[in-house]
Amino acid sequence: MALPLFAPGEDPGPHFVDLLARIGRGGGDPTGACRTRLGYLPGVPVQVPVPQGAAVPGAAGGYPPLPHATTVVAMRYADGVLMAGDRRATEGHLIAHRAMEKVFPADDHSVVAIAGVAGPAVEMVRLFQTQLEHYEKVEGVALSLEGKANQLGQMVREHLPMAMQGLVVVPLFAGYDLRRGEGRIFTYDVTGGHYEEADHAATGSGGRDARNTIKLGWAEGLDRASALDLAIRALYEAADEDSATGGPDLVRGIYPLVATVTSGGYERLEGAEVAERFALLVEARRAGAGEAGRP
Amino acid sequence: MTMPFYVAPEQVMKDRAEYAQKGIARGRSLVGTTYSDGILIVAENPSRSLHKVSEIYDRIAFAGVGKYNEFDQLRVAGVRHADTKGYAFSREDVDARSLVNLYAQFLGNVFTHEMKPLEVEILVAELGVEPSGDQLYHIAYEGTITDEVTFTVLGGEAEAIREAVESVFEDRWDLDAALRKLVKALGGERVLAPEELEVAVLTRGQARRAFRRIGVPELTERLGVPSSSRSRSRPKSS
Repeated sequence: MALPLFAPGEDPGPHFVDLLARIGRGGGDPTGACRTRLGYLPGVPVQVPVPQGAAVPGAAGGYPPLPHATTVVAMRYADGVLMAGDRRATEGHLIAHRAMEKVFPADDHSVVAIAGVAGPAVEMVRLFQTQLEHYEKVEGVALSLEGKANQLGQMVREHLPMAMQGLVVVPLFAGYDLRRGEGRIFTYDVTGGHYEEADHAATGSGGRDARNTIKLGWAEGLDRASALDLAIRALYEAADEDSATGGPDLVRGIYPLVATVTSGGYERLEGAEVAERFALLVEARRAGAGEAGRP
Repeated sequence: MTMPFYVAPEQVMKDRAEYAQKGIARGRSLVGTTYSDGILIVAENPSRSLHKVSEIYDRIAFAGVGKYNEFDQLRVAGVRHADTKGYAFSREDVDARSLVNLYAQFLGNVFTHEMKPLEVEILVAELGVEPSGDQLYHIAYEGTITDEVTFTVLGGEAEAIREAVESVFEDRWDLDAALRKLVKALGGERVLAPEELEVAVLTRGQARRAFRRIGVPELTERLGVPSSSRSRSRPKSS
């Protein structure tokens, strides 16, 4: 390993992805770590083998079942934004993981959640986190929230060839805009297009049900407790309708992961707090259920 | 065609060393020390935006004296090295020692093979998990590494400042005491105002990223220097 120094014309600046590309091409990467991630490198054609044989129902573009991460929701509330994701990952009809984490801190003042094929999605988050921190350290100032959203959009776009083969990754990004003093939410499509949402957003297989629930309960200036209740209710409803979304696992004590971003920064909510709110939700549902157990 | 004059290698090295030392002596000095909660770096730097002290990674800080563009290039290379390593392996696998060796290798190479040596001295500080793991690596312009666990001084007036710090240094002193005494030692005859200083710490046991800058307001408070807007009694230590 040599010190990564570049001639002025070759310098990748604060871009971590460009840096990886340059190190990878220059042969200064004895670990091969950068080469294995060529899928994200700009200007490098991606060769994804198309598998032969019959497609498995529910699998991505003819691939054998791959772990999929599902429903994530985000909403604005009085202090900033709140994001929540269920914990289930599926492989076709099967449950691959029961306690997967889909909500990640992108940096101190933003949060990213993923839906889609878990492998490349988690990798994209790691690259995104590194990119934001790298930029901040090299430049001495953090990117603006809009700049971060754009960066993530570019990564999703680089991933498009793989998405076309079925390995779709769709993130959800939110953060606290320190310059404007408010929470903001961005949704993405597979082409890297990103759109700012006014109040709330949901994505993943149960996204539609979650969105409907939030839409009915959301109001401007919700406090933290109400926002939390609404988010877990949305995930509960999504899990009720969508087999790929996990509900609260009362037996194992696995609950959705909830995080907030306010002017004070990213905060992951304690599992106990989420569990407590879920207990109240389940209690209320049980009380409302009829004799036949119907809701 | 004329043959170049023969110059003894000793002379070449001596000239280069002198050249580098002169360049470094033109800039202001800085001090790094371990204190009760981690590592403190104090630099004399009137600029608010051209930093001498910066973050490399979660537990690693960088500081440089001498020519700004030269040590800043080294800083960015350090960030790149650490970030690619952390991304390829794991965050825990990034350590200061391997980075320090790369810096030393590079500085040594430039010193012997290039036209002009780099006019810089750098400090790489690493915060250990336990206080005993704290390390200060001082790398000179020709690539010599010195590792310290108490304090280290970089810059032109290093000798005088070193003596001043040595006479007041206490093992595991607290932040305010260390700060006041280092600022006094750095200033020598002069009294340095908070606006002329750049201060940063690596603090143990908090968030993942241990690096934190201490800005002018906090510095003013910690040093106990009266600012123009507030009237406060001036403690004799400043």
